[in-house]
Amino acid sequence: MDKDRQDFLREKARKVRLGIIDALGIGNRGHLGGSMSCADIVAVLYFYKMRHSPEKRGDPDRDRFIMSKGHSVLAQYAALAEAGYFGKELLAATKSLGSLLQGHPERHTPGIEANTGSLGQGLSVGVGMALAGRMDKRDYRVYVLVGDGELAEGQIWEAAMAAGHYALSNLTVIVDMNGVQAMGRTRDRYAIGSIPGRFAAFGWKTFEIDGHDVADIAETLDKAADVRGCPTAIVARTVKGKGVYFAENTHTYHNNLLTAEDREKAIASVTAM
Amino acid sequence: MEKMKEQEKNPRVAYGLALLALARADRNVVALDADLCGSTQSVQIEKNLPGQYFEMGIGEANMVSAAAGLALCGKTPFVHTFAVFATGRPFDQIRQGVCLPNLNVKIVGSSAGLSDFGDGATHQSFEDMALMSVLPNMTVLAPVDAVEVAKAVQAAARIEGPVYIRLNRNDLPVLTDDSTPFEIGKPLVLAEGSDAAICVNGVTAGMGLAARETLSGQGIGVRVVNFSTIKPLDGEAVRAALSGVRALVTAEEHSVIGGLGAAVAECLSKTPLPTARIGIADRYGQSAHNYEELLEHYGLTAGAIAEAVKELL
Ligand SMILES: [Mg+2]
Repeated sequence: MDKDRQDFLREKARKVRLGIIDALGIGNRGHLGGSMSCADIVAVLYFYKMRHSPEKRGDPDRDRFIMSKGHSVLAQYAALAEAGYFGKELLAATKSLGSLLQGHPERHTPGIEANTGSLGQGLSVGVGMALAGRMDKRDYRVYVLVGDGELAEGQIWEAAMAAGHYALSNLTVIVDMNGVQAMGRTRDRYAIGSIPGRFAAFGWKTFEIDGHDVADIAETLDKAADVRGCPTAIVARTVKGKGVYFAENTHTYHNNLLTAEDREKAIASVTAM
Repeated sequence: MEKMKEQEKNPRVAYGLALLALARADRNVVALDADLCGSTQSVQIEKNLPGQYFEMGIGEANMVSAAAGLALCGKTPFVHTFAVFATGRPFDQIRQGVCLPNLNVKIVGSSAGLSDFGDGATHQSFEDMALMSVLPNMTVLAPVDAVEVAKAVQAAARIEGPVYIRLNRNDLPVLTDDSTPFEIGKPLVLAEGSDAAICVNGVTAGMGLAARETLSGQGIGVRVVNFSTIKPLDGEAVRAALSGVRALVTAEEHSVIGGLGAAVAECLSKTPLPTARIGIADRYGQSAHNYEELLEHYGLTAGAIAEAVKELL
């Protein structure tokens, strides 16, 4: 990928991060850490890989993105606003009473494809969408972003089995492997072993990438789209809270508030990335 | 000929044929099953329209969420397994992924109530109507016979949103015909009477009619009212169907908590009648070698219904 393209995507990722800070507001609890860790992945999906357009939201051939780790929807809201699905001024109203932007994704929000938030369900929804695409002979792709903590949900592995059985090559799961969950480090709280190994055992082709390297993300998404005969899993090494220096690699900002002073520090930190 | 007649009595057989007719007419109708398609009769789709059938293995949670994904892409999925597994195991998937976004997913709970008599408590379902009724956007149907099953399938398909259909495993007497009205939300008077009313659905309809026979011999006039819809109920229509009687007995093959009796009582809360609720008394089932023996053990009989009417009058 050429440098201009990488710079363009890095700038989009920065806008996503600033949008997350906007959506968080001052003094409201929100899921900063997991939103920041997937910001680069979400930016590359919306501004490089996916076939989508806010003008053609109902296009049956559009690619679908499901934020299965629904608490990280702040990243998706920021990307959707940046892509023009709704005005950026809406971000600041996230989670306020009556807002179009709820605490977890709901389908009535423009650009949100599925309700998620009860963890472990999004990959199954993606299986259904991929089955429908095959049935209708449409060439859209389905992308599902899951968290590493979320992989403790048994339904993930039911879905992994189903996608393997049906050889859903139009389905890609991306694991935001930030190594942290709500109460601490995943390896200490609830170690789940090799994530690529697990998906491979269910018949998936797996990739491992640096989830903050936009070129690595983009090129791997391209490779995944070329795989035939099985679903693809991209395991992305990420840093929880990436870009906000005081929130990195800690569960403290899994769901926490920013003071006015923190907010200024966070903006400066993201701007300096 | 005799064989055909037997088949017409069976709600499962009627269901499979109705779904097949629906799926033949609309290729967006798809069936999902969790390794029970022979029993639930979604095998009709697998056999005749294999492109519209998805075997989902023994994984109910994934099956329901995948159905949500199919619905989000314009399909009308019918999801099948036994009632206890269709509503209990994937309750969260139904709540979060189907009912909250009001998706066009139909949940079909087969072998409901005690009707899977041999398999015992784990496979019997007295909670399914309560679980499904509490969910906003959900329509809950419990057709009374094989004829109504076919109508319920068509009605469910016409609703743009989630529907739960409760099916009995065993043959049931055929009490309606093609010309009998079937309207979601409206109770149907099966037999007239003015002293008391018996509210029924599914297997209890035949019992209610038998109780009416017994009581008419004793000079008591009983109306039998069928409730194929548990939710949403048209309160006006319910009060009209039950007007003029002095007492009410509800009879259901379900827990007395959260089913037919509760739904009727809610409709009559401002104009209450002396009411007895017959159903499973807040307990679990067990195995038996035949259905009738089990129904009797749990107090679901024409005699028990007749006794309850007499006590109230
Ligand atoms: Mg994590």
